[in-house]
Amino acid sequence: MRKILIAATTAALTFAAGSLSAGAAEKLKIGLVYLGPVGDFGWTYQHEVGRREMVKVLGDKIETTYLENVNEGPDSERAIEQLARTGHKLIFTTSFGYMDPTLKVAKKFPKTFFEHSTGFKRAENVGTYSGRFYEGRYIQGQIAAKMSKKGVIGYIGSFPIPEVISGINATMIGAQSINPDIKVKIIWVNTWFDPGKEADAAKALVDQGVDIIMQHTDSPAAMQIAESRGIYAFGQDSDMIKFGPKAQLTAIVNNWAPYYVQQAKLAMDGKWKSGDTWQGLKDKMVMMAPYTNMPDDVKKLATETEAAITSGKLHVFKCPVVGQDGKPIECKGGQNLDDGQILSMNYYVKGVDDKVPGK
Amino acid sequence: MGLLEAIILAVLAASTPLLLAAAGELVTERAGVLNLGVEGMMIMGAACGFAGAYFTGSTIVGAVCGILAGVGMSAVFAWLTLGLAVNQVAAGLALTILGVGMSGLIGAGFVGERITAVPQLWLPVLTDLPFVGRILFGQNALVYGSIALVIGIWYFLYRTRAGLVLRAVGDNHASAHALGYPVLTIRTFAVLFGGACAGLGGAYLPLAYTPFFISGMTAGRGWIALALVVFASWMPGRLVAGAYLFGAVTILQLHAQGAGFGIPSQLMTALPYLATILVLIVISRTRGTIGSAAPASLGLVFVPDR
Repeated sequence: MRKILIAATTAALTFAAGSLSAGAAEKLKIGLVYLGPVGDFGWTYQHEVGRREMVKVLGDKIETTYLENVNEGPDSERAIEQLARTGHKLIFTTSFGYMDPTLKVAKKFPKTFFEHSTGFKRAENVGTYSGRFYEGRYIQGQIAAKMSKKGVIGYIGSFPIPEVISGINATMIGAQSINPDIKVKIIWVNTWFDPGKEADAAKALVDQGVDIIMQHTDSPAAMQIAESRGIYAFGQDSDMIKFGPKAQLTAIVNNWAPYYVQQAKLAMDGKWKSGDTWQGLKDKMVMMAPYTNMPDDVKKLATETEAAITSGKLHVFKCPVVGQDGKPIECKGGQNLDDGQILSMNYYVKGVDDKVPGK
Repeated sequence: MGLLEAIILAVLAASTPLLLAAAGELVTERAGVLNLGVEGMMIMGAACGFAGAYFTGSTIVGAVCGILAGVGMSAVFAWLTLGLAVNQVAAGLALTILGVGMSGLIGAGFVGERITAVPQLWLPVLTDLPFVGRILFGQNALVYGSIALVIGIWYFLYRTRAGLVLRAVGDNHASAHALGYPVLTIRTFAVLFGGACAGLGGAYLPLAYTPFFISGMTAGRGWIALALVVFASWMPGRLVAGAYLFGAVTILQLHAQGAGFGIPSQLMTALPYLATILVLIVISRTRGTIGSAAPASLGLVFVPDR
C-alpha cells in the first residue's frame, strides 16, 4: 500500500511540477514559484509570459526553473527553499501568500535575491513588486458608463480584499465622471478560480438586467457568457479577446515581462537591490488590451484618459474621495489618497449601493 | 425571458454535472465500493472530452472521450482496490491527485483554445411554448440525459434481478459470495460505470458549460457529488432532488447578491455541506425509520476465499 501511495504521489508531483533546465555552470539560475497552473490563462499565465520573455531576451545567459501549483503556506516554503538550495540566485515568488515563507528562506540564503509579488514585507535580499491595476479599472469604468444603456455595471468579485475593493471604487469613480447616476451590482463568488461559478455569476447578472460585465476573477468564463448573451465585458489579467471577439471592450493585462528582464539583468551585473516596485500604466506593468467593439468617441475618451493617467496628470483617487456616508475620506497624500490608503482600502465610495461583506 | 425562467434554466445547467457524477458514484457505492476519486475522474473527463471535441470538431466524440477517460481512471482504481485489495479511501484520494496532475499535463496544449458548445435542443412548437418550452424542451441533450440516466439507474436497482444482486453485493459481500455471485466482477462493473458517469459529468463542463479547458476547472465538483450521494442517502430519487437543491442554492445566492439582499454569500456557499451534515445526523439518529440505503459493506475490502 505504502509503495503504491508513494508511487502515485511521485507521479502526481512529477505532473504538477513542470521544470525546465539546460546545462552550463556560469549561467544565472532563475527560479519562479507559481500559485496556479501555467495554463490558467490568467494570473499565473502572465507570470509565465514574463519568464518566457526573460528566456527570449537573455537567451543562454540564464537558466530558468518554475514550480507550478504550489500551495500558499508551508508547502511554498519547501518549494522556495528547494530552488534556493539548487543554486537559483534570483527567485520570483508570485503570490501574496508566499510572503512569510519567502522571508524565512531569504534569511537562510542571504546571497540569493528574492522578488515577491503583491506583498508588503521586504528585507536586504527580498524586494516586492505589484501592479497598479486600479488605474485600468478607472478607464474601464468610463467606458462602461459610456457603453451601458441601462446604466448598470455587473461586477464579479473574488474576495473582498483591498485590491478588489479598490478596483470597484476606481471603476465607480471613473464611471461617475461620465454618468453620476451609474449603478453597480456586485456578486462575490468567494473564489479566484472556478470557471463554472464565474459563468453562473455572469448569467445571474445578465438575467438581472446588466448589460456590461466586469470581473476580478481569473478565468475567461464570464467573457464567454457575455459573448453568447450579446453584451459587453472586460477581460482580466490577460487579453481575453479570443473568448469574446464581439464582447471584449478592453482588458487589464498584467505585464510583468519588462520588470522580470530588468531584474534579471541587474542580478547578472551584480547590481540588484531590494526595493518596492508598484507600477502602473506609466511603466507598462499594467497595460490595456486594444479598445475594441466601441464607437470612436468612446475609444478616444479611453485613449485620452489612459494618456492622462500615464503622464501623471490624472490620479484615480484624487481628493476628495467621498465615502458611502457622503463624507470625504481623509486625504493623506496631499492631492490624492496615498499608497498606503489605497493598499488598505476596505470601504466603498459613494454611489455603491451595497456593503462590503463582513462589515 | 422572465427572471424565474432564467433562474430555473441556470439551475438545470449548473446541476447537471453534479447529477451525472453523483449518479455514477451512487451505483459504485451501492455495490459496496467507496471511490473518492470522483474529482480526479471528472477533471480527466473534462481534459479528454475537450481534447476529443477540439481535434474532431464533434462534441459527441468529445463526450465519448470524456467517458473513456473516466472509465480508464476507474479501471486503475478497480485494479488497485479490487485486484490488489488496497484501501479504498487511500486509492481514491490518490486517484484524485493523479487526475488533477495528469489533466493539467493533457490540457497544457489547449490553453486559450475554444470550441463550439453542445447545441441546445430546439423542437418545433414545443420549444416555443411560453415558460415551460425552454425549460422542458430547450436545453442541451445532456441535461435531459442525466435525468434519464437516474431513472434508468432506479429501474435497474429496484426492478431488475441484476440490480438486486448488485445491492446484495454492497450490503453483504460474504453472503453474496456464498450464494455464488461473482462479487469482484460485479463491483468492477459498478466502478467502471461510476467512472464513465464521472467522466461524462466532467466533460459536460468544457463541452456544454464553459466551452474551454483550464486546469482545475472542475473546482471541487467531484467532492460535491460525493456529498450528494450521502445527502440522497443512496437513493436515486433523492439524488435528483438533492442535485437540483445544491444547484439552486448556488444560483440563488448569486442572484440574491445581485439583487442586493443582505445575505452573507459565504454562508450560502456553505449551505449544501451543512445540509449534508444534517442529513447524516438524521440518518444516524433515526436509523431505519426515515429510510437510508447506506450499503452495509461500503468501503470494506473483500478478498474471496478460493
